[in-house]
Amino acid sequence: MADTNLQTPILSVEHLSMKFGGLVAIGDLSFTAPRGEITALIGPNGAGKTTVFNCITGFYKPTEGMITMTRQSGEKFLLERLPDFQITAKAKVARTFQNIRLFSGMTVLENLLVAQHNALMRASGFTVLGLLGLKSYKDASRESIEKAVYWLEKANLIDRADDPAGDLSYGAQRRLEIARAMCTGPELLCLDEPAAGLNPKESLALNELLLGIRRDTGTSILLIEHDMAVVMEISDHVVVLEYGRKISDGTPASVRSDPKVIAAYLGVDDEEVTDALVEVGDDHILEEGDVAPPPALGPSETSSMFEGPIEDTVEEAGSETIVPASPAASKAAQVEAQTGATDPVKPKGPAQ
Amino acid sequence: MTAISDTTTRQASSPYGEAARQALWAALLSFGLFFFFIGLESTQDISNRLILQSHWVTLAIVVALVALGRFLFIAFVIPAVDRRRANRAPIAVVDEKDQSFIRRHRFKIMIALLVLYPIFILSTAGLQGSLKWVNNFGVQVLIYVMLAWGLNIVVGLAGLLDLGYVAFYAVGAYAYALLGTEFGLSFWILLPAAGIMAAFWGIILGFPVLRLRGDYLAIVTLAFGEIIRLVLINWREVTNGSAGISGIPKITFFGLFDFNISSPDYILKVLPESIVTLFALRPSGAYYTIFLYYLILALAMLTAFVTIRLRRLPVGRAWEALREDEIACRSLGINTTNTKLTAFAIGAMFGGFAGAFFAARQGFINPESFVFLQSAIILAIVVLGGMGSLSGIAIAALVMIGGMEILREMQFLKIVFGQSFTPELYRMLLFGIAMVVVMVWKPRGFVGSREPTAYLKEARAVSSTFTKEGHG
Repeated sequence: MADTNLQTPILSVEHLSMKFGGLVAIGDLSFTAPRGEITALIGPNGAGKTTVFNCITGFYKPTEGMITMTRQSGEKFLLERLPDFQITAKAKVARTFQNIRLFSGMTVLENLLVAQHNALMRASGFTVLGLLGLKSYKDASRESIEKAVYWLEKANLIDRADDPAGDLSYGAQRRLEIARAMCTGPELLCLDEPAAGLNPKESLALNELLLGIRRDTGTSILLIEHDMAVVMEISDHVVVLEYGRKISDGTPASVRSDPKVIAAYLGVDDEEVTDALVEVGDDHILEEGDVAPPPALGPSETSSMFEGPIEDTVEEAGSETIVPASPAASKAAQVEAQTGATDPVKPKGPAQ
Repeated sequence: MTAISDTTTRQASSPYGEAARQALWAALLSFGLFFFFIGLESTQDISNRLILQSHWVTLAIVVALVALGRFLFIAFVIPAVDRRRANRAPIAVVDEKDQSFIRRHRFKIMIALLVLYPIFILSTAGLQGSLKWVNNFGVQVLIYVMLAWGLNIVVGLAGLLDLGYVAFYAVGAYAYALLGTEFGLSFWILLPAAGIMAAFWGIILGFPVLRLRGDYLAIVTLAFGEIIRLVLINWREVTNGSAGISGIPKITFFGLFDFNISSPDYILKVLPESIVTLFALRPSGAYYTIFLYYLILALAMLTAFVTIRLRRLPVGRAWEALREDEIACRSLGINTTNTKLTAFAIGAMFGGFAGAFFAARQGFINPESFVFLQSAIILAIVVLGGMGSLSGIAIAALVMIGGMEILREMQFLKIVFGQSFTPELYRMLLFGIAMVVVMVWKPRGFVGSREPTAYLKEARAVSSTFTKEGHG
């Protein structure tokens, strides 16, 4: 690995836009993922995090923008131009899915062997030599099982190796999906909500697995996560999205204290927004309810993310930062309107 | 609630009373159903008038059979099944560990039985009598076993529903028939050629349907099968249309000897005199049939061998992964396009081999042999056997094709249903009933579980509750 390579970010996303018809899911997003670090992509539901992932891993072709993956060898790949399977095969970007996608009818071991498809395919002479039962394939086959065993041990699944993947518990399936992605030998691992649905103990085990991956293999990690305990604990770098735009970017500590982030994502409850709007006499709110605002009034998804120490910031963020606006407006934009925009990233209001 | 508890207590106290009651209902129901189907028949008399003919005796027999069947089922079968289920649970755990000799070597035993089958038939039925048994039950069943194993690669492993598989069978058959009659090339050259041509057509079909899934894929493959058949019918200059191609050359034993009595290389003329006299061999068509039997057995074994090998290779695992989850496959860097095309091509290749063999065996082919019903039967065998399972499929082919052939032999049914009853006409009815019964009894086919292709400690079959059928 050349020294210059250390400074070049492993992944750089420049001016990425993704439109679905009239809906702008991502608007002019730029960020970089530093090499050898864990980068977290956070934001309220519907902020476009998974869309960014799908663009990076080739499942969507972005409307505009450039996604550059720089491998350790210095080779550069423009991911938006590669077919999806080559992004894993050549650019060495592996991913997991928000709703787990395992080969449930195959055993745990087989899942990891499927992930080594390309290496085994070459070893088997594209099936011809393997069909003849040559020794070279048998050796490669043994090596692939050793590699699978290594990751099974890492993921603490070695005892379940011969069980069907569909038979595992939810937490074990998550770990298996990460182990499977690692078996493709990636340089960048993209995890879509790896801690979703895990209990605190499993979540802790996941943290260790991810830190272990970074420590032992030097793989850079890009992850989407709602569980702030995981994000703040393990990530070196956090990018915050809201309505498809970046509103903050930096270390976990700096992001945590960014008032825009607090307003948009960590800080203000929807109910509090409504309360504040009622207080200042917003027309929409007054029209809609003659009683105290019902909890179902606004999208309630964001309210589920307030956990742990972050909740402490809610109080400060509260009434002073809220400005009158339509309820659907970007909360970060509200903060900006109040405090006067100084950040170069300017949200242009709600994406419809 | 009271009604339910009422019936259960009554059933427990006397199964016969309950059985009699149920039998009565079954009799009434079947009477209502069969009154018009069996009881009455409209025919024309000499002066062309429509008259009603009644078959009360037949109707009575059918109704009585249904009632008796229901009675026996309720009174004896259900209690017996319940008893066995109650007794079995603890025992099953014990004998899972030490598998018996037969169970461990069941595949070797099966192959040995298949190899010995013609010899057994020869020794019991004699040279001429063996013809029917080896041909109808041996060769015919094995052709379908091979076809179903070929289709199994596409449907069972890769999860791509192919309703036009018979097209590749047709391509193989016509490849051998045309090249064999026109250029006089040997079967042993044309067999691989037919396979390659069918594989080529598999890829031709594969390309346009790559983007399709599920029902759409099924419809397009169905249409493809029909296109091939219609081309065979209408391209008269080459295929001779519906009249078909006759005089397809027979297979020789690698050119060493052949099975035409008039030929100088006839088997009995080539074999040493001493052997011929020792076994008192007479000229007969049975030699050719037995030779065909071993040939198709070898071809089927080749199919099985290649399938088993492929499953353990990355391409085979990719097929199964494709069946389980295509998106996950792509996220792991698997080229799903190539994977699907190889599945189509290799599946088609075995169809082509079987087609070439079929043409050589029949000596005459026309497009009537390659209708959609054939595709449906082959697919039914795959589904019935359990998708992906070679042994299950072989059993299903034996039951379905062998069962249909057996029905021809059941002349005793004429005693029950009258002299005009032709059992072979009811083959398809029984085929359908068998399918419904099996699907109710075992929804995932005879062998629903799948064997893992690799293991660390022990290979445990994966239950069918986890495997998926694929999205097309």
